Amino acid sequence: MPIHLTINDKAITVPEGATILEAAGANGIHIPTLCHHPDLTNVGACRMCVVSVERARGVQTACTTPATEGMVVNTMSPAVVETRKFVLEMLLTDHPNDCMTCEVNGDCELQDLVYDYGVKWPEHNGRRHQYEIDPDPNPFIFIDRNKCILCGRCIRTCDEIQNRSIWSFANRGFESKLVAGADQLMLDAGCESCGQCVAYCPVGALFDKMSLGKGRANQAEKVRTTCGYCGVGCNFDLNVRDGEIVRVTSAHDAPVNGMALCVKGRYGYDYVNHPDRLTRPMVRVKWLDAEKVAERVESGQWTLFSEAEQRRASLSYRRTSGDGKSVAPNPQSQISADTFVKTDWDTALNVVAHKFTQVKKELGGEAFALFASAKCTNEENFIFNKFTRQMLATHSIDHCARL
Amino acid sequence: MQTTLAKDLAERQALAHSLWQDKIQADVYITIGMGTCGIAAGAGDTVVAIQRELDARGLKVAISQVGCVGMCSYEPMMEIQARGRERINYGNAMAKYVKEIFRHYFDEGELRKAVIVGRAIPTISESHGHQLHSLSFVGPEDGQYIPFQSKQLRIVLSNCGLIDPESIEDYLAVDGYSALQRALCEMTPEEVIAEVLDSGLRGRGGGGFPAGLKWRFARQTPSWPKYVICNADEGDPGAFMDRSVLEGDPHSVIEGMIIAGYAIGAEYGYIYARAEYPLAIHRLNIAIAQARELGLLGENILGSGFNFELQIKEGAGAFVCGEETALMNSIMGERGQPWPRPPYPAVAGVWGQPSNVNNVKSYAYTPRILRMGADWFKSLGTEGSSGTAVFALTGQVERTGLIEVPMGITLREIIFDVGGGIGDNKHFKAVQTGGPLGGCLPRTYLDTPVDFDSLRAAGAVMGSGGMIVADETTCMVEFSKYFMQFVVDESCGKCPPCRIGSTRMLEILERITEGESTLADLDEIKRLARGMQQGSLCALGQLAPSPVLSVLRHFEDEFIAHIEDKECPACVCKALITYRVIPDNCTGCMVCARNCASDAISGEKLQVHEIDPSLCIRCGLCYTVCNFDAIEIISPR
Ligand SMILES: Cc1cc2nc3c(=O)[nH]c(=O)nc-3n(C[C@H](O)[C@H](O)[C@H](O)COP(=O)(O)O)c2cc1C
Ligand code: SF4
Ligand code: SF4
Ligand code: FES
Repeated sequence: MPIHLTINDKAITVPEGATILEAAGANGIHIPTLCHHPDLTNVGACRMCVVSVERARGVQTACTTPATEGMVVNTMSPAVVETRKFVLEMLLTDHPNDCMTCEVNGDCELQDLVYDYGVKWPEHNGRRHQYEIDPDPNPFIFIDRNKCILCGRCIRTCDEIQNRSIWSFANRGFESKLVAGADQLMLDAGCESCGQCVAYCPVGALFDKMSLGKGRANQAEKVRTTCGYCGVGCNFDLNVRDGEIVRVTSAHDAPVNGMALCVKGRYGYDYVNHPDRLTRPMVRVKWLDAEKVAERVESGQWTLFSEAEQRRASLSYRRTSGDGKSVAPNPQSQISADTFVKTDWDTALNVVAHKFTQVKKELGGEAFALFASAKCTNEENFIFNKFTRQMLATHSIDHCARL
Repeated sequence: MQTTLAKDLAERQALAHSLWQDKIQADVYITIGMGTCGIAAGAGDTVVAIQRELDARGLKVAISQVGCVGMCSYEPMMEIQARGRERINYGNAMAKYVKEIFRHYFDEGELRKAVIVGRAIPTISESHGHQLHSLSFVGPEDGQYIPFQSKQLRIVLSNCGLIDPESIEDYLAVDGYSALQRALCEMTPEEVIAEVLDSGLRGRGGGGFPAGLKWRFARQTPSWPKYVICNADEGDPGAFMDRSVLEGDPHSVIEGMIIAGYAIGAEYGYIYARAEYPLAIHRLNIAIAQARELGLLGENILGSGFNFELQIKEGAGAFVCGEETALMNSIMGERGQPWPRPPYPAVAGVWGQPSNVNNVKSYAYTPRILRMGADWFKSLGTEGSSGTAVFALTGQVERTGLIEVPMGITLREIIFDVGGGIGDNKHFKAVQTGGPLGGCLPRTYLDTPVDFDSLRAAGAVMGSGGMIVADETTCMVEFSKYFMQFVVDESCGKCPPCRIGSTRMLEILERITEGESTLADLDEIKRLARGMQQGSLCALGQLAPSPVLSVLRHFEDEFIAHIEDKECPACVCKALITYRVIPDNCTGCMVCARNCASDAISGEKLQVHEIDPSLCIRCGLCYTVCNFDAIEIISPR
């Protein structure tokens, strides 16, 4: 049964079960929030979303109060505005005055509200928390508890979306503090470093460690992309500053995954600009014309992939970042038939095409079997299928996800 | 398990009754108060001493342990009755005085250390053909009620001190479980609710919401299962009413909960008791096992087809877990934090199901109401608040203790008649009801009737039963600071107005007591109070400013003295006082100098001494030890 109510003198109809916040939002009426997030359960903790409801005592939290028939709501009554200002002021009395250098400056829900409601950062000699900054060795997640407003969004995110339940609050009252596990290090508490909690933190209390000092939201351009790691097809935004990816942020409107990402999608982007990344095709010497190799290597167009380089690449594969220096190839080193040569795409593809043609001619299409990668997008798989059946003329095609 | 039918219960009751008669009419009948208070005062040793004395005298009698009669200052307490003789209640019955007590009772010996509290007379009031047994005390000489009891009316505490709380037979002997029998076998759930509603019973946990109405809401929610929850968290500092009921009369709470379960259609109950109440939990466990054994818990109770089970849930001792939604979160194993209503417990409480939360006393009244009738209960107390009120009377009154008085009695009667007024020739200053969420009232409000609505109108609240009396030696600023400190410690931390607001408020109060404040701080207190009242999620934060505001309302001059004159009129706030030797009184005995921990007192023997304020840490020891009243406290410094 639809519910009819009035918000700010506007008649509104919503489905049964909608909260006042949802009813307002669906009708273009903005109510400020901090602890609420549409993906998470509502707990009514932060008190920012208070509204006045006729015939109800005091103010009500719009995020938790269901709309009821005939309800008359005022989202900007004097009591409401006073309460919101008070809440913001109280939060600021225990918050550092650090917006100048804060990572989320300009991208902070608290800062926006403080601005909207004209609340000043209060000077006082009373207590302000002085927690250690970045106390956790988790390689991806940065914590600054001094900025935490105890909204509990990270807790609910980990609990309700990721199902890991790493976060909780310890202690009571003013001493309440966000902790992992039983006040342990995050990884010890079972954190899998997906960074979901960071994505849901409304302030700068949780941040992506790899992105510290790399550029704020307004300094980076967001480029929507599909994750290359697996076939789920998660979308997210690459934050690009001066041609470099400085951060990955998840996007609420991503059709497949919403805000959710795994550790690889969110933090596994450093390979893009990594010095060890293979950016050119490599062909073994034995598949190339030896004279051409000598000539091109001599002229610097091609280079040899040295053993040392190979070793280093396999080592740094396990490191989170390389040292930035590439090892100079040593032309004096022994060139064997199996040595890789960094060539150009035309050369490499020609070698492959040539071999395919040769096999098909000698043995027929049935000699091929193709195996697609789970990292391919649908479009790539489509092309792969066409290529297999039409070009190579075989039906032997499968996909690694069936393993 | 075999079902106990109504007629079986009647038989058990008859049997229990005759056992009870045998017991109290034995050659010698001895009871000893074994509440936590009695045990803490040494009642355990007293029992051993009594046994030794009985052996020595060759008397073969059982000692009956009973709950607390509420006279804390006399603990440990014991009663002796020999057949055909008066029943005397002795206070200060330490093990070492047991001999003397026996000699007094049996051999007309003299009492030196133990005292006679009164002649204990079992009283029985009747209504609707049912009886309410209780115990009264009259002075042995004049036959009048002793002052502590003269204005009391013990209903919910009637069994405390009367029966052995670990014996279901004793409970059955005083008509226990006959209300359950009546409810289950003779009444529909709606009729039970109507009777409770008609009695005017209001919840005794503080809010004063009509119990019958709450039950009706829970009954009306079309969902199953439903839960009955007893709130035995009792976190008010200094309050111990619920503990005494649970320790002295656990079956009455259980009976009330089963009746409530029947009324709302719940088959499962939780008793949420703080783990700091081990004795109460122990006795509840015994009582639950006894009730189960007798078929009063379990399936098909009294052949009515109604099933009910009960479980104790131990709380870890957080004040906020007394708030019903936090309590239910705690039962579910979640962090003890309130949730915003709606949803109300009657609609979606524990495990998301309809739940009914009531205070210990609210449940304990229920069987009495069903036995004696709604009209009887209504006839006690006032129009809007029927029945009695239970208070833990503490602070600077002569007789502290647990009292039960009819609603409508005045504060003056409680403090001066029941409590015996203020001792040491001091004067009454204020009384605080409602604990850290209540308010204080000054002398001019002493004639305020004590009931839910009058207290609220006066700016205090009924609360769950703490009553703290302050005399002139109490600094009201310090007093309010104490309660704010309590809130700072106990705020759950979920919402910013309470979590941070209380800390800011405490900081101001600290500044004031340290003489580092300005008048602008008084406005700041009011502003913070408004923010907390308006913005906090639960009643803890909403009501936390009440004590400070009430002090500000009635004792603003004390605030101003602290701020403007740097003076603490009660000479309490250390930063604003100094100790000084009164030369005329000082004999130079050197006691003060010897006791001073920081060597701040100098002076030759038999010469007037002197205190160096720069060394003095204002511990007050010299003031206490001086035998010649030669030390005075001065404020401002
Ligand atoms: C901070 C706080 C503490 C409370 N503590 C208690 C308590 O210790 N015992 C209690 O019965 N009610 C307590 N209450 C009241 C309960 O929330 C609830 O109203 C009560 O248990 C309902 O029972 P009643 O209707 O029988 O009074 C407390 C409320 C608040 C806000
Ligand atoms: S870390 Fe962020 S999301 Fe978590 S409670 Fe603090 S402010 Fe909220
Ligand atoms: S008012 Fe205090 S106790 Fe209640 S929810 Fe808020 S922080 Fe917790
Ligand atoms: S958004 Fe509703 S209380 Fe936080």
